[in-house]
Amino acid sequence: MAKMNMLQAINDALDTAMAANDRVLCFGEDVGVFGGVFRATSNLQQKYGKSRCFNTPLVEQGIIGFANGLAAQGSVPVAEIQFADYIFPAFDQIVNESAKFRYRSGNLFDVGRLTIRAPYGGGIAGGLYHSQSPEAYFAHTPGLKIVVPRNPHQAKGLLLGAIHDPNPTLFFEPKRLYRASVGDVPEGDYQLPLGEAEILKEGTDVTLLGWGAQMEVIEQAVEMAEKDGISCEIIDLRTILPWDADTVASSVFKTGRLVVTHEAPLTGGFAGEIAATIQERCFLYLESPIARVTGLDTPFPLVLEKEHLPNHLKVYDAIKASVDF
Amino acid sequence: MSTTTKSGVSHTPKFTDGAEFRIPTFKMLKQDGKLYKGVKEPDLDREKALRIYRAMITTRVLDERMLAAQRQGRLSFYMQCTGEEAAVIGSTAALDDADMIMAQYREQGALAYRGFTIDEFMNQLFGNELDYGKGRQMPIHYGSSKLNYMTISSPLATQIPQATGYAYGQKLAGDGHCTIVYFGEGAASEGDFHAALNMATVHRVPVIFLCRNNGYAISTPATEQFAADGVAPRAYGYKMDVIRVDGNDILAVHEATRAARRMAVEENRPVLIEAMSYRLAAHSSSDDPSGYRSKDEEAVWREKDPILRMRHWLEHRQWWSEDEEKHLQETLRREVLETMKRAEKRPPPPLESLVTDVYDTVPPALQAQFEKLKVHIRKYPEAYPKSASHAKGGS
Repeated sequence: MAKMNMLQAINDALDTAMAANDRVLCFGEDVGVFGGVFRATSNLQQKYGKSRCFNTPLVEQGIIGFANGLAAQGSVPVAEIQFADYIFPAFDQIVNESAKFRYRSGNLFDVGRLTIRAPYGGGIAGGLYHSQSPEAYFAHTPGLKIVVPRNPHQAKGLLLGAIHDPNPTLFFEPKRLYRASVGDVPEGDYQLPLGEAEILKEGTDVTLLGWGAQMEVIEQAVEMAEKDGISCEIIDLRTILPWDADTVASSVFKTGRLVVTHEAPLTGGFAGEIAATIQERCFLYLESPIARVTGLDTPFPLVLEKEHLPNHLKVYDAIKASVDF
Repeated sequence: MSTTTKSGVSHTPKFTDGAEFRIPTFKMLKQDGKLYKGVKEPDLDREKALRIYRAMITTRVLDERMLAAQRQGRLSFYMQCTGEEAAVIGSTAALDDADMIMAQYREQGALAYRGFTIDEFMNQLFGNELDYGKGRQMPIHYGSSKLNYMTISSPLATQIPQATGYAYGQKLAGDGHCTIVYFGEGAASEGDFHAALNMATVHRVPVIFLCRNNGYAISTPATEQFAADGVAPRAYGYKMDVIRVDGNDILAVHEATRAARRMAVEENRPVLIEAMSYRLAAHSSSDDPSGYRSKDEEAVWREKDPILRMRHWLEHRQWWSEDEEKHLQETLRREVLETMKRAEKRPPPPLESLVTDVYDTVPPALQAQFEKLKVHIRKYPEAYPKSASHAKGGS
């Protein structure tokens, strides 16, 4: 075990994967000698050479198209998009190509070895274009997996899980946690399962569900609610697609109440999908409407970012409203 | 319609490597402020030359002071134009002030030339209630409709095909105006660049593509951005007129852009200008170039300072003196400081700015979210110091 922040844990995961398999490649804008604008790929070029860790020209559609080709050929590409906000030029390559490669060829070809990493989420005074949480756009695309880690231990294990997973995986890294989240990280290779939510705390009155940086927000809100005598169950979804409805439904059978929170806007956000599925599966067990605590239906602001974000006070209010319904 | 080319037929497999596309760099002014031999004195009068020079100094002073403010924690972020003032201001100055500018993000000099005031710069930088962008975007994302400067968008290269479209509209309107679009050599790798140039020649659009080749896209050197000799040769692939110019040579940039504007506006011929320069500062206040380039390399380019070069020329012409320089610098420094103090004390934009301008009017569902937010802020005013006073009233 070593104390690491999330960036160090991600760097360690990439190092572990590259050491274990010389077909693993890391590339993207500024990823080479500089080690990425957040330094997630620090020292990888120095250690594994320019042919395995390198800068690309500044073209996201090129990066992911190139990565699709590499994955089809049998290499293991880990492509970085510098900010999730800048992933959209590659939308075609991801949605029409990565996601459909296996299906359209009748499994003659696939790009399952592909992993796409991107810093993601708000809370760093990044304004419109350094703050977005675009998971729901991709969650509408069968064939992709989408993972968001909540801390360094999870980041390393889930990233290694994504790299080894035989399906193309988007790995969104909550950049607000890059240096802020510090914890014990096991040495060497370990993989956490994709598609499985994790119950972080058991409780009986209400289920709190989130992913990534929202887990911290949930924990703060739960601390307040428990002082009011409300017993909260906390679940980290971890994988957005395909998502673990069983774990969430079992929890809601028990608590009868669900509060889902994400930073992305309300309308079309992934909480909507969760709410629809859970009301279908748990309808007769629900004591109150499923609550969604999310960003506003607006672009991401700068000066009034705090007002926009679903913080612990908004989550706390939602818990209270759910219990008092 | 024939699908063959106009270039004839060959019966031997002959490849070409493009080596014939060598594009020289147009220069007029030496670093000592004297013209190269055989170069005619430019058609640039004293008044305009000084307007250009003042804009360059304004940009440099603003950049120095605001980077310092960022370091002091007074500002969240900053980007400097340092080293590239001639490429930006020399080209803008060659246009009509009513021509459209679509910039990337390092072109504050163009705004300074057009008359954006220090107050206007500061209001955006601090995202206060007077910021035209209503505190929504990060610092340096300026915009001005009255100065024909499109509001900056962070995603790279998106403005390039937009410029082609904007200029096509100008052509149809027949108002004799054109659009200039700025971007770096890194952004020129984006698909949007290629789409923009192709559409511009296909549709014969009055647009000037000005590539600031400043050597770096954050840490990535131009040598890792493309294998070709710069960006300029790509114009041939689109049958576009192209010129490469010393981006630190104010006279050459101005002269090249003036000629390009004439071609664009009078003949609907789009033009690519590659201005060779160097990003003397870090990419942004979040960047540290010591991780990817040497001080020696920077020193070489510091010697080629475009502002100093222009100052030498002005002094040779006896249009500028040491005293005037000192006075201008001091006046600007004082103005920047005083304006900054004023701007940072101004309140943030009103809470309503969270939900306005998403659409022309606020949709009912968003209005409901906003009403709920106000109730929440009234309940926890201490958690929302920027907006608690705005959350009063309403339901």
